[in-house]
Amino acid sequence: MSSTTTSELPLQRERARTIFEKGAPGRRAFVCPERDVPQVSGEALPERFRRRDPPRLPEVSEPEIVRHYVGLSKRNFDLDSGFYPLGSCTMKHNPRLHERVAALPGHARLHPLQDPERAQGALELMWNLQQALAEISGLPHVSLQPSAGSHGELAGVLLTRAYHEARGEHRHKVLAPDTSHGTNPATVTMAGLEVVKVATNPDGGVDLDDLRAKADADVACLMLTNPNTLGLFDPNIEEIAQIVHGVGATLYYDGANLNAVMGLSRPGDMGFDIVHFNLHKSFTQPHGGGGPGSGPIAVSDRIAPFLPRPLVARKDDGVFDLDFGRAGSESKSIGRLRGFQGNYGCFVRSYAYICSLGGDGLRDASEAAVLNANYLLARLQEQDIGEYLPLAYGELCLHEFVLSGGPMKKQLGIKTLDLAKRLLDFGFHPPTVYFPLLVEEALMVEPTETETRETLDAFAAAIAEILREAADEGPEIAQNAPYTTPVRRLDEVGAAKNPVIRQAF
Amino acid sequence: MSRYTSITPADLDAMLETIGVPSIEALFERQIPEGVRLRRPLELPDGRPEQDVFAHLRELARKNVSAEDELSFLGAGMYDHYVPALIDMLMERSEFLTPYTPYQPEISQGGLQVMFEYQTAISELTALGVANASVYEGPSAVAAAGYLAKLHNGGRRFVVSAGLHPHSIETLRTQAHGYGMEVVEVPLREGVTDPDAWAAAIDGECSAAIFAQPNFYGAVEDAAALSGAAKDAGDPVVIAQVDPITLGILAPPGECGVDVAVGEGQPLGNRLDFGGPSFGFFAAREEYLRRMPGRIAGETTDVDGRRGFVLTLQTREQHIRREKATSNICTAQALNALGGVVYLTWLGRRGIVELGELLLARTHYARETLCALEGVEPLHTQPVIREFALRLDADVAEVKRRCAAQGVNPGVDLERITGREEDRGGLLVAITEQRSRADIDRLAEVLGAAVGAGERRSAGEPAVVA
Repeated sequence: MSSTTTSELPLQRERARTIFEKGAPGRRAFVCPERDVPQVSGEALPERFRRRDPPRLPEVSEPEIVRHYVGLSKRNFDLDSGFYPLGSCTMKHNPRLHERVAALPGHARLHPLQDPERAQGALELMWNLQQALAEISGLPHVSLQPSAGSHGELAGVLLTRAYHEARGEHRHKVLAPDTSHGTNPATVTMAGLEVVKVATNPDGGVDLDDLRAKADADVACLMLTNPNTLGLFDPNIEEIAQIVHGVGATLYYDGANLNAVMGLSRPGDMGFDIVHFNLHKSFTQPHGGGGPGSGPIAVSDRIAPFLPRPLVARKDDGVFDLDFGRAGSESKSIGRLRGFQGNYGCFVRSYAYICSLGGDGLRDASEAAVLNANYLLARLQEQDIGEYLPLAYGELCLHEFVLSGGPMKKQLGIKTLDLAKRLLDFGFHPPTVYFPLLVEEALMVEPTETETRETLDAFAAAIAEILREAADEGPEIAQNAPYTTPVRRLDEVGAAKNPVIRQAF
Repeated sequence: MSRYTSITPADLDAMLETIGVPSIEALFERQIPEGVRLRRPLELPDGRPEQDVFAHLRELARKNVSAEDELSFLGAGMYDHYVPALIDMLMERSEFLTPYTPYQPEISQGGLQVMFEYQTAISELTALGVANASVYEGPSAVAAAGYLAKLHNGGRRFVVSAGLHPHSIETLRTQAHGYGMEVVEVPLREGVTDPDAWAAAIDGECSAAIFAQPNFYGAVEDAAALSGAAKDAGDPVVIAQVDPITLGILAPPGECGVDVAVGEGQPLGNRLDFGGPSFGFFAAREEYLRRMPGRIAGETTDVDGRRGFVLTLQTREQHIRREKATSNICTAQALNALGGVVYLTWLGRRGIVELGELLLARTHYARETLCALEGVEPLHTQPVIREFALRLDADVAEVKRRCAAQGVNPGVDLERITGREEDRGGLLVAITEQRSRADIDRLAEVLGAAVGAGERRSAGEPAVVA
């Protein structure tokens, strides 16, 4: 690849213009339906409530809209176009069947306040999904309401809080490992509690001594990802659960990494009280460039009374209903986390996925994810790569692994960021970089089960080529990458210093 | 081999050899303690071929009565507006559907520019200086706005109008309880927020004053008066939950003294989907920019001077600031927000006004027509734009059943949603551009017969609260 050329590629020649800079006064796409009712008098909406100047929305024709947004789409990399080994994000294939079934009018045009007896299919689907998630997690009670993983975490911490409050205890600390996802500590603060970091031991697991020292009667819960963000299953999980439960606290499972263990090990059996799922990770709801997601939670018996409402219930006669838990009995529910019943469109897709795979298929998917990760890890630890990018912890991994770019930086003069940017020229989305924080120059790689061996080999070859290039031709190539993308490295510092976050007129 | 994987026996042998383990099982045996292994199959139905799964999901869809199957006047937060075909096409494009959050801006310019355009559109619509790239949906957007106020001024209580959507009030309460904030509800008078009670409830310790425009009962509030009274009585952040489709004709929050405007974006080009996914929008005066939750796209240049876009002000966010973040939000609703900005572009500067005028005219026609029926009266007589509340002199659930038998869903049983006794007999009727005059006349015919057919409402058993 003659990569350092400065001649512009076609996509680079196109100057970015927003839709607000296109069109002309009087152009339009929308044709308003006929006004088939009498004109209203001025009193219908008094002048003082009226908008004086219409919002300056674009004035463009339909063909212009299509050209514009299809043009923008070509300035995006996506999972359907190439390998996307973004650690902790589980970028597995998004089957198109799911889009087809979610678009069926019986699902897509169903109003959320339709009477339950006239929404039986939707409630049945939600019930079936709840049952499946309960079985997969080993925790019997499920609420589908949270809108994303972090929303599920908020539910989890509020549930923990409610559980302790109901016992007359006001515990204000939440423990989380220093390897945890940023959403964990952010959530704790939002729930009005205080986060206390637990150290990581030399093997990449929870430091048991530190945990024992910090686990006291003020601790409400421990938030853990298992396998953790290093891709390692904590071998001491049973002891961790004992320590946490021993001081009366609950154990929360961040389900971002569930794709490693479906059908192989269950959070409920590990001793967790609360787990959230990311339907947009393990259960292949497309990520949409930053959502929608869905973050259902499953909980143990002792947490169940506090679940958000409504829940889907099946009555004795087999009819499904929404249980608001208010009629007569005093509710312990933490209340709603959002409007209506959750991101049903995501439920449809993830339920279709579970139906397609079945129990054995889910286990096979996790096995293949772990096989692919270990294969790619082995390829990246081969000669000419491993010396620059050693595995940060352990020898094997589950569904993802974390390499350290420290030696690469020292010996070749290129940082993890440079490697990531150079990968863009090779047509790959880079791994997650600089996370977890405790690994120097971290690269977190999650290939998922849906990639072929050839793709994994090609990715390993690209990494090897970038390192060779840096060694033989100098670090500048990677340091100045990318070259072939619609724009090259962007000034993020300047963007934050003088924020321009909307089109000026 | 599982569905959507590609590992053949030959692949497997080669891969295991490269790894240096005898079997896949060995990978797990060496890493997961036996005590927490699941040594039985998951008790789930067997996997099925694609066409069987399609048939099953279609069968479930058929058990639902959707807006496709009946003449529906349901609203109360989500509305059966027409979704133009180009939105389906764009939202299904791989390049928008399948990427993650744009962490690598060089290969995500499309998605980032969409966010930037979306932020511009929301900022224009609300007449507020800044908007983020989306939050989950309406009610949780209200809670997110409350959290911004808490961070901003550390006050002790939220004062909310009873005209706020009940789901918004409940969501706000759920979260406010976590950080110890009191929530005080101000009642309505004649269908709108009682101005005296509103002013009396707000003092120097009020963190945020929150109302809806139009309110849950469809009534247009005097937003400027509510904002002004709030600022006179204390120094709260004034938050409005607004219905975006009305903003072509209704004075925008930014011109009514509102500090933060949030709302449910579903009316803008998103499907009903039984309640989600849609998107929440979040706009504010510029002074609140660094306290905003969620992703924000910003303009910048690349090393060659080309215009480009990045996620910006990330020092607010969880992945950088961890426990000090302004919010825990990570995945939001980017794809749905794309639908929103494409819809607003499709409507355009004139279309959003024309559509607003059409909704206003049809809604007034519908209110007049229905209120002329025996046993039907308005719950309030305030101005309305696309939704209005009636009081039926009959049992609402029974009326709804009779209407359903005629293929008409006349609206939302108010008491079921609010749980308020004063809402007994209340029916909330929503009008979209998909409901013509003929449809409204049909509703009048069916509703009139349904109300007249039954016994008059008695003060008997309360309705089941939902």
